[in-house]
Amino acid sequence: MRRRDFLLGLFSVIVLAPINALAALWNKSAFEAAQLAEATKHLTIDTEIISQDIEIIAPERAENGAVVPVEVRSNIANTEAIAILVEKNPTPLIANFMFSNGAEPYVVTRIKMAETSEIKVIVKAGSQYFTQVKNVVVLENGCG
Amino acid sequence: MGAVDMVELIADKIKMRAQLTGDIVEVKVLMSHPMETGRRKNDIEQLIPAHFIQLLTATLNGKTVLEAQWGTGISKNPYLTLRLKGAKVGDVVEIIWHDNLGKSAVQSVIVTQAL
Repeated sequence: MRRRDFLLGLFSVIVLAPINALAALWNKSAFEAAQLAEATKHLTIDTEIISQDIEIIAPERAENGAVVPVEVRSNIANTEAIAILVEKNPTPLIANFMFSNGAEPYVVTRIKMAETSEIKVIVKAGSQYFTQVKNVVVLENGCG
Repeated sequence: MGAVDMVELIADKIKMRAQLTGDIVEVKVLMSHPMETGRRKNDIEQLIPAHFIQLLTATLNGKTVLEAQWGTGISKNPYLTLRLKGAKVGDVVEIIWHDNLGKSAVQSVIVTQAL
């Protein structure tokens, strides 16, 4: 019986470990933060330098806040990660992209915007953080 | 052949394309996912539970090139473009995602020359 218990225990560890490991990877406190400053704090960002070397391409006016296309490119050397936040969303942190092994610091995606707001991009390069914003006028709420 | 069958089975969850132009491979990915925020209500005023992709990984020939964490702010049926340097025709790009309900999808594509 003891051996079986041990084996069952071992089995459950093996089966459950990947799920727990994945859950641990996701920055829950940053994504569930209701204020932008709180989200950046949980991303362990303290100081950001405003940079013209971050390009944000998004529409000036978005008809539908549920689908706002965003293109982000960092021209900052050694860019490791690009985070996208929307200041006035119920949870401002949208995504954090980490690049490696030849991936360009570039991403295109589509995001939800609850109301007219700035899209804030934060780039991590080494131990430094750089930022740029782009205002988007939202005509129809997209968060529901 | 087994691998081909599997790709077809999951083809509805992730559609992707990877094309080489110059020295850059552009990967375009379209995923099928509701991306529910957990704040929306249905017709009888009940909250629809949150259901969204949390983690997405892209690999090139098995090596990680992108690790993304997402919240509920990515639009329904997520779209993604990424660009890879040093990739060539015949290389394999794979995308895998995991959502908050423990579901996953995986898809891969071979890099082709842009026309």
